[in-house]
Order: sequence, then structure tokens, then C-alpha cells
Amino acid sequence: MQDRQKLTDRQINDDLLRPVERTPRAFWIVAGLLVLELAGALVVLGLVFYWGLGFLGINRPVMWAVLITNFVFWVGISHAGVMISSILRLTHAEWRRPVTRAAEVLTVFALITAALFPVIHSGRPWRTIYWTLPYDFTRGIWPNVRSPLIWDPSAIFTYLTGAALFIYTIMIPDLAILRDRATGVRRRFYATLCLGWRGTARQWRFQGIAGILISAIILPVFVSVHSIVSWDFAMALVPSWHSTIFAPYFVIGAIHSGVAAVTTLMVILRRFFRLESYITPDHFDALGRLLIPIGLGWFYFFFMDFAIGLYSQETVDIAPNILRLFTPPYNVLFIIFIFSAFIIPVPSWFFRRVRRSPLLMLVTTLLVNVGMWLERFLIIAPGLQYKQPLTYTWGGYTVSIFELIITVSSFCLVALGVLLFSKVFPIIPVWDQKEGQRLQDEIQTGRRKVPAVILKEE
Amino acid sequence: MARTEVLGVFHDEESAADAVSRLKGAGFPPHELDVLTGTAYPEGAFGEHMDKHRLFVFPLMGAACGLAVGLLLTAGTQISYPLVTGGKPLLAIPPMAIVMYEGMMLGAIIFTVLGIIFESRLPRFRPGLYDPRITQGYIGVLVSSSEDRVGAAHRAMEQAGAEDIRSEHGQG
Repeated sequence: MQDRQKLTDRQINDDLLRPVERTPRAFWIVAGLLVLELAGALVVLGLVFYWGLGFLGINRPVMWAVLITNFVFWVGISHAGVMISSILRLTHAEWRRPVTRAAEVLTVFALITAALFPVIHSGRPWRTIYWTLPYDFTRGIWPNVRSPLIWDPSAIFTYLTGAALFIYTIMIPDLAILRDRATGVRRRFYATLCLGWRGTARQWRFQGIAGILISAIILPVFVSVHSIVSWDFAMALVPSWHSTIFAPYFVIGAIHSGVAAVTTLMVILRRFFRLESYITPDHFDALGRLLIPIGLGWFYFFFMDFAIGLYSQETVDIAPNILRLFTPPYNVLFIIFIFSAFIIPVPSWFFRRVRRSPLLMLVTTLLVNVGMWLERFLIIAPGLQYKQPLTYTWGGYTVSIFELIITVSSFCLVALGVLLFSKVFPIIPVWDQKEGQRLQDEIQTGRRKVPAVILKEE
Repeated sequence: MARTEVLGVFHDEESAADAVSRLKGAGFPPHELDVLTGTAYPEGAFGEHMDKHRLFVFPLMGAACGLAVGLLLTAGTQISYPLVTGGKPLLAIPPMAIVMYEGMMLGAIIFTVLGIIFESRLPRFRPGLYDPRITQGYIGVLVSSSEDRVGAAHRAMEQAGAEDIRSEHGQG
């Protein structure tokens, strides 16, 4: 870490609370455009619920397509928040400070968006309540706990609740800062949320413990969530899905796309809210280094899944791979996927100049997520479309414009959620940043001064 | 008995730590002193007193409750609507374990957060003595004592270089 500057508490307050206290015109323009797009998506969803899922082009045998791809993709994105935040807290990584909250907030909104997709995919969203909640006392009919349809909501609910509580607990001191600076209704709002926080030694002590303890508890949940999502596929008898490697493969894929998404978000927030003093090239450097082993690990699991499918010499296992590799449009998508998810970004992160450039990190991490979306699509659609022994299960599938509108809308929904959050709450933890300033120092070593960090006991 | 709070606001850490030392020297027991800051400092940075806590009981209690709810939900629903599928046992342990695990972790997280709030002595409905400058980097030294000790607290804080001293009766 080289780029350091000493900032006063007042300056940190002013800089990091500027997005909350002032509303630039760009905010209204961006928020307005996002709302407009989402209104369009609501019309499409209305048509889907009226006409049924066939309206989207989904038909036998490809009954899972873009909607379920979006579900897996957004669950994957949601993994980075807690992964980055928890692991970096537990290992006392100093560079975590400006990154954690944005990552956690991305988790929450990505997870909410992900949870919408199985509900939309049901075609009759109001009926999902019958299948997931044990409430039908009159008829004595209960959810089937042997179905992944129950595992998914239980895992997502746990993860979403945990992530939201994690954000709130760690944000209480920042809410007190906002209370002290606000007036009128806003003051009452923040005063209620901060629960009367005064910053006593005891309160700070439990803030420190909270970060560590909740991180330690939530970390296994994050692993379980994407494992359970992978079992939606692995428990099915579809040949290319029925694989024991799916749980770790999905988890590492989620981390790959999630950490890339956090990096993308950090570049955008840095630019949009002018946070160059807080999110520095050092942070992108650290994220880039982290992405290298994650990307390589993901590629190992991808290759294993692919190679085992071929090694088995089973026709049903080879058929989906033939679709992916040799049949248009899947073969074109496969080339785009492998270049954007691995071949271009991962080797480029070996270069320090790339890691320290926000623009290049934006481009490479966006590429990763284009690739990872395609990866999920290429698992789902060709896996169902291969020619099975009975001819009545043969069928084609083409992505419809309405599916693309819904997909774009999911990005708009997450963007709007993060934007509104950053308008009401600080997107970079203010008190954490101040603590970081206090604990940093420089040590004279020979003829050089090098940065040092004092580790605080928890 | 109602107590009186005295708050001294200090510009820097050194003078705040000095005030705590002087207050201790003036006979104020450690549990009557507190330090209010806008960010976390290492424990004992101002020579403040730290009580014991029972936070670690909360996640264990929560995990046990969550596991019990998960068991009730999974076993209860299968027994209430007994439908044997594929000749498998009615109470299928692997899928039950998934839901029970999620219930256990959910319980642990919720109880941990409640424990943190409880152990932090929150929510605090009566705000008490406080100064908004604390979140701008100032340090508050808070004394909660009987009314006859207010003068001694004022003197100790003045000698340590407090920028502002205020007191409020009836807190505690």
C-alpha cells in the first residue's frame, strides 16, 4: 500500500456523507432511467403472467432457460459481499475498509433480485406460497421438504436475513454520525435507527466483536447457499447436471463472478461519488491479486466438470458437450464465454499496470460477468436440449426479446437498489475509515519510510 | 437513586486519557467513568474500565432454537402429511439436515445481533448527555456519579484541558 494520506475525522465525514447529504442532478437522471426501464419490465411480466411462460419461448424440453440462468447468476453475484467482507475481517486485511459495505449491499440487492426469478419462473407467483410456506392448516397439505424448491428459499432467506442484519449492525455508528449532522425528519429517522448510540467504550468493543463473530457465522451460510443452488441441478436426473462436483464448482464460480462484480461496483462508485481519496489503485491491486487464484480455481473446476463428462464415454454425457462445442449458436456463445470469463481477464491480472488501473479493472471484471452469465446459460439450455432417446422430447429453443428485457431489468433493479441505498446510507463505512486512519503509520527502515499498520486486538 | 452525568469534551486523545487518570485519582471508581468516541480505539486506550460479557452464549442459544425449529418444520410437515415416495423412509434425513442447518444458522445470526445490541446497552431511549462534536473527532469523558461529586469531576476535567463541560441531573 503506497498511496496514503492523512485525513481528519471531519474531512472523512464530509467526503463520505456527501452522497447522502447532497443530491446531484445525475442521481435523479440515473434513478429516473432505471425506474423507467423497470416499469417496462413490469409490463412484460404482466404479459407473462397473463399468457403463461410459453410467451417467453420456454417449451419442452428446455423448460429452464434465461430466467433460471439469471437466478443462478445473481445468487453468484451475491456471494462476493459476504465472502470479501467476512474473510477480510477475519484476516484483519487493512484494505477491506472501503470495500466491505458496498460488497455487502451488493449481496442484499443481488439476492433479492435472484429470489424473484424462481417466483417469476413459476408462472403463477401467488402460488409459490403454497409450495414454500407451511401454512395450509385447513387441508393439512405441507411443503415437500424433500424438494430443492424448499431448500432454496430456506437458504436464501437465511443468507438474506444474515446479510441485512450484518450490514445494519456494523452501520449503527455511521447512523449516529448521520443523526448528529441531520435535522428534522431525517434526524428522527437516523436517531431511531442508531438506537441511541453514544460511542461508549463498551459499544465500540461489541462493534469489534460483531464484525468478527457475524463474519464467522455467516461464512458457512454463504458456502451452503450456492451448494444448495447447485443441487437444484445435481439432484435432477438430467445427465450433464447430475454431477457431484457441482456444489464446489458453483461456489467457486459464484466467488469468481461476485468478486469481479464488487470490483466493477467499486470503480463505478469511485467515479460517480468522487471517492478517489478512499478507493485507491491499491484497493484494485489487492482485488486483482485476489481474483487471480479465484479465477484459476474456478477454471480447474470447470475443466474437471467438462473433462469428466467426456471421459465417461457415455452418449448422454457427451451429447450436451457436442451441442456446446459444435452447434450454433451455443458454440459461438461458448467461445465468448471462455474468452471473457478466463482467457482475457485472468492472465491480464498478472500485470500490475492492469490491476492498478480502474478502467482496465472495470473492463476485465465486466468481461468476467459476461462470461459467467453465459457459463450458467450453457449449463442449463444445452443440458436440456440434447436429443434424448424419445423423439417427443426433442425440441429447439431461442432466447426471446422478452427474456432479454427481463434480464436487463434485473441489472437495473440491482443498480437502483445500490443507488438508493447510497443515497440514504453511507456506502463506505465512515467509522471504519476513521479507525484505519488512526491505526496507520510509517516506519523508517534504513533510508526508506514504509507504510505500517497497527493491528487492533478484538 | 438518580445519578448526575458530567460530560467533558476534549480535543485530543492525550487530554482525554489525562482526564480519566485525574478522575481516578480524585476517587471516582472505574465503573463510573466512560469515554465517548466517534470511532473505535484499542481497548484501554484511555484507561477505561471493561466489564465482563456473555455475548458468546447468544449464538449458541440461537443455534439451538433454530435447529429445533428446523426439526419441527421438517419432521412435523412430513409426519402431518405422510406420503411415501420411491420407497424411501418417511423422515428423510439428508433433506431434513439442509433445512435444519439453515434454521440453525439463521437462529445463530439473529441471536448474535440481538446479543450485540443487548450487550451494547442498546436501545437507549433516553439519549443522556452527549455532544455531536464526538462524531467529528472530539473525545467525550463521561462521569456518572452522585450529585455531590459533580464539582470534583468538573475540576478534574478542567485541569485536563476540557474544551467544554456539561452536567445533567437525573441520568443513570
